[in-house]
Amino acid sequence: MTVDHAKPAAVGADRPAVKRTPAPKARRRSDRDGKWWTPWLFLAPALILFVYFKFIPMITAVTMSFQDVQPYLGNQWVGGQNYSTVLGDEAFHSAIWHTVVIAIGQTAGSMIIGLALALLMEGQSKRLKFLRSAAFLPVVVPIAVVAELWRIMYHPTEDGMLNSILGLVGLGPSGFINDPDSSMISVIITGIWRGAPYDMMIFLAGLAGIDRGLYEAATVDGASRWRKILHVTLPGLRSVFSILFVLAAIRGLRVFTEVFLLTNGGPNGSTEVAMTLIYKLGLEQNRLGVGAAGAVLLFLATLVLTLFVQVLRRRRDA
Amino acid sequence: MTAANDSALGLDAVKSPAGRILKFVLYALLLLVFAGPLLALLVSAFNDVSDPTALSVVPSSPTLDNFGIAFDLGVGMYLLNSFLVVGFGLLLQVVISVLAGYALARKKFRFMTFVLVAILATLMLPEEILAIPLSLILSDLPVVHLNLIGSLAGMIVPLGAWAFSILVMTEFMKDVPRELEEAARIDGAGDLRIFAQIILPMCKPALGVIGVFGFTMIWDQYLLPLLVSTDASTYTLPLALRTLRIDTNVTPGVIMAASLLALLPSVAAFLFFQRSFVRGLASGALKG
Repeated sequence: MTVDHAKPAAVGADRPAVKRTPAPKARRRSDRDGKWWTPWLFLAPALILFVYFKFIPMITAVTMSFQDVQPYLGNQWVGGQNYSTVLGDEAFHSAIWHTVVIAIGQTAGSMIIGLALALLMEGQSKRLKFLRSAAFLPVVVPIAVVAELWRIMYHPTEDGMLNSILGLVGLGPSGFINDPDSSMISVIITGIWRGAPYDMMIFLAGLAGIDRGLYEAATVDGASRWRKILHVTLPGLRSVFSILFVLAAIRGLRVFTEVFLLTNGGPNGSTEVAMTLIYKLGLEQNRLGVGAAGAVLLFLATLVLTLFVQVLRRRRDA
Repeated sequence: MTAANDSALGLDAVKSPAGRILKFVLYALLLLVFAGPLLALLVSAFNDVSDPTALSVVPSSPTLDNFGIAFDLGVGMYLLNSFLVVGFGLLLQVVISVLAGYALARKKFRFMTFVLVAILATLMLPEEILAIPLSLILSDLPVVHLNLIGSLAGMIVPLGAWAFSILVMTEFMKDVPRELEEAARIDGAGDLRIFAQIILPMCKPALGVIGVFGFTMIWDQYLLPLLVSTDASTYTLPLALRTLRIDTNVTPGVIMAASLLALLPSVAAFLFFQRSFVRGLASGALKG
């Protein structure tokens, strides 16, 4: 932070002048803070947009989930019917299962590889800085580009880019996203490619906060590199782990764009996730109420997960 | 302190020949996995790639035709749409965030905590979940009854409600010393002048953070433009990539050329403002 600390000291000399003219308390307050509505003027643009594009949609989502939504015809109140449709729907069950598998796979993969990247590339040298920037690039590449690039790399014939690499080590060819048996893992790998460097940056920030003296002390005690990691580094990263877990899990549950572009739920529905199904229900089949019920359930799952991790953290810290 | 304790693994201190070779192999592998695909994209954009199997990191027949074909297919217009959305969207987002940040950081008023919590709560609310109701609301905005579906405005206006930027500005503005503001008040400055001439100039680092983050976030948007656009005339470039691919006459080389144009702005933003970016990433995540 580069706030200039020299100025306030110089200005401070003027302060007694204020005290010499004691005004009535109420007036002084309004002099200093302006009218009561001043803050609301500054807040108004933000509040209007938040009401329009966050709060009204949130309320609409909840009300829609209890209605049979028919644009222009008027909505029918149907109680919990949308929810029972969603919960009883075979397609939704497998979509939720796929979502959970992708969320767990991407979260675990990104965190493990991200931690490995961070440990390997921690340091001050120019070369490491360059390597870190290069490894971070996938995070800032638009997700739509990531999907198009991987679609082509996943080309299912043996001349495809990844298949020819697999061929070098005597494996494959794999159908990747075109084969129901390998489509899930392919989607997960693409997600990890983009998620691991993100986690790496957060881990690096956490690593920078670990007391160097502890490493020094461990070395003096003759601890091996492995033991230093186990007993100094990992405990020092505990809060980073839980934050990354929440962020990655939420990212996993709401997964949409990469699935939509890589497989659009196929082949044979093998990668259909909650959001692609909600999108299809809502916007392609116009079953808006059912889609909304699915969205509300997904939101509740996110909320429960976040609270669960918060409670775990509190309990451990206490 | 020895170099061995500068980092957890102390790899910088490894100097033995075997260790150096191992390090080189490891780093080369990392680079290959994470930057290799992007290198393949770059090379293929400038290469005559007629089918997906020809994607490689070695140029065989260099050409600029891919870009020519891409522009013939309207990539120029999609790129312009993307820049309009990111330009106006970011402007709106930053203006709204600094104004709201000023009120939340420098003022005390009734219901302040309530407002702050309400704004913060939206951080927990994935935009995907609001997608369907949001598209309904955009088709008929309550009270003013405007239909923003099918227009770039429909993609731009919702970007103004971005809690992360408000949070960053509020936290930063809290740290500007009170004395500066009080001195200006004695000189008779009103809130608008204090905001514009005292608080805002001190917040340049925070503006850098929300600027570069907002830019990459908006540039990466997919679902909102997908819901709002009704035909190709309002597609942003990321959105157009899918329709390009569906055209069977379009070679992978052309898609990679369009992809390169779609990734350059956000990669450039990251590389030029790397310090702001990393700082925002770390503070945003570690405070959470």
